[in-house]
Amino acid sequence: MDFLNAIVAIANYVLIPGIAYGSQLALGALGVTLIYGILRFSNFAHGDTMAFGTMVTILFTWWFQSLGISIAPLPTALLALPFGIVFTALLLLGTDRAVYRFYREKRAAPVILVIVSMGVMFIMNGLVRFIIGPDEQRFADGARFLIRARDFKQWTGLSEGLAIRTSQAITVVTAVAVVALLFWFLMRTRTGKSMRAYSDNEDLALLSGINPERVVMYTWLIVAALATIAGVLYGLDKSFKPFTYFQLLLPIFASAVVGGLGNPIGAIAGGFVVAFSEVTITYAWKKVLVYLLPESLEPSGLAQLLSTDYKFAVSFALLIIVLLFKPTGLFKGKTV
Amino acid sequence: MSEPFLIGEKMTGGYGKGPDILHECTIAVEKGEIAVIVGPNGAGKSTAMKAVFGMLDIRGGSVRLDGEDITRLTPQARVAKGMAFVPQTSNIFTSLTVEENLEMGAFLRHDDISETMEQVYGLFPILREKRHQAAGELSGGQRQQVAVGRALMTQPTLLMLDEPTAGVSPIVMDELFDRIIEVARTGISILMVEQNARQALAIADKGYVLVQGRNAYTGTGRELLDDPEVRKSFLGG
Repeated sequence: MDFLNAIVAIANYVLIPGIAYGSQLALGALGVTLIYGILRFSNFAHGDTMAFGTMVTILFTWWFQSLGISIAPLPTALLALPFGIVFTALLLLGTDRAVYRFYREKRAAPVILVIVSMGVMFIMNGLVRFIIGPDEQRFADGARFLIRARDFKQWTGLSEGLAIRTSQAITVVTAVAVVALLFWFLMRTRTGKSMRAYSDNEDLALLSGINPERVVMYTWLIVAALATIAGVLYGLDKSFKPFTYFQLLLPIFASAVVGGLGNPIGAIAGGFVVAFSEVTITYAWKKVLVYLLPESLEPSGLAQLLSTDYKFAVSFALLIIVLLFKPTGLFKGKTV
Repeated sequence: MSEPFLIGEKMTGGYGKGPDILHECTIAVEKGEIAVIVGPNGAGKSTAMKAVFGMLDIRGGSVRLDGEDITRLTPQARVAKGMAFVPQTSNIFTSLTVEENLEMGAFLRHDDISETMEQVYGLFPILREKRHQAAGELSGGQRQQVAVGRALMTQPTLLMLDEPTAGVSPIVMDELFDRIIEVARTGISILMVEQNARQALAIADKGYVLVQGRNAYTGTGRELLDDPEVRKSFLGG
């Protein structure tokens, strides 16, 4: 019985939050990795792109709520999501036209594009704060739980409860669908293959008649969708705050680099590696240990390796370890 | 005498704003024939080829394809005109499968490409076997076959090869030359830069020996092979 309780506690506090957080990071990292593979720079504005997409989605959510439109028990934000994607796509295509294209035509070095993307990051950051404000926004509605802890205890008779929030279930289902769609696009369609070819060998792609401007446009469109979906899922699961999204940049980059920059499968794997590292290292294991160990060995403290305030240190440490020992990441990506 | 199918006439030029590498260099290919550019290291062989393909701006002379002046066209526009170019290095998409490489070669085409793909597989049977494998996993000779196959997918009228046998074994080299002759027999003109001068001239209808960016000797492959001067200077006696 104690053993089962321990398993349930791990599932409830580590496994389920880890899977949900990992899916969100994976979607974010996929965007970063696509830009790196095709536009050949690390996009520092990605966190704020997610914030922008989420903001637009929240504004549409509020509008729908005021009109009484709802798709309960699902959150209204899912209905607003496509509008968020469209506006983010327009923003990214506009940014590309106004900023990145100039440097692309000059064949600027990647490091210059990185600095340029930091400038874009500050502008997007200001834009989002200007429109929606710097404060925290909660916009999740509909049913809060798929499985409640109390119901679970009643069904199973265990003393430990297991809860699955709607937002977590939506996150996982959406992430699987989006990833499947993305891979189908990249592996099976002509445009997707041309994007891979362009990422693989730019000069030969030009010789084959692949139009780079079209490839770049499709990349921004896909990135807009990925960033907005990742941002909205994260916001539904936790909450929306511009500064938090800016901070998400670190775990997202860590995911992309750990998996291998430019490699989509790596981005997904990296997302889960980073998420589970964060969750397991910042989780207080006392509860689980109490179930598992004999009374004499029970820990007196929380058995928490690192306070949650320091969770970013985990991504940072992972990033450094990977860059030191396996710069191409777990799956063969490009060296940074 | 009528004008050759492709001619780069009296081309003068170099990379960017740098000094001239080519000096009034003339290269021509007849329909369905093989022309080979040979010469010592740094003679401007690859540069001459790139000038014909528009990868560098020439300051003098002109390039004409089938009578049409294409001197000012970009390389991409020349591809659309029926020219195909196989670079010496990075000439395949390593992370794509063999079949995807061929598909990308035909990116500009909107008609059915399956027939052309069949022809490429007929020419290089090993590629059919490996068509679902990543091209980067193949051996050097097989990679060159993918590179040539990719270029053939546009159904070009002129195929340009920059040292196709660089870094492959002598046996594979002979095999590749045989395939190149077969391609020429289908009516495609071939312009080729080669390091292995003797073997290349043996299959060439026309040979150009370049020295310091100038035409030093020009003749049929046979003539050049028999020319005592050429033999002494470039073919090692």
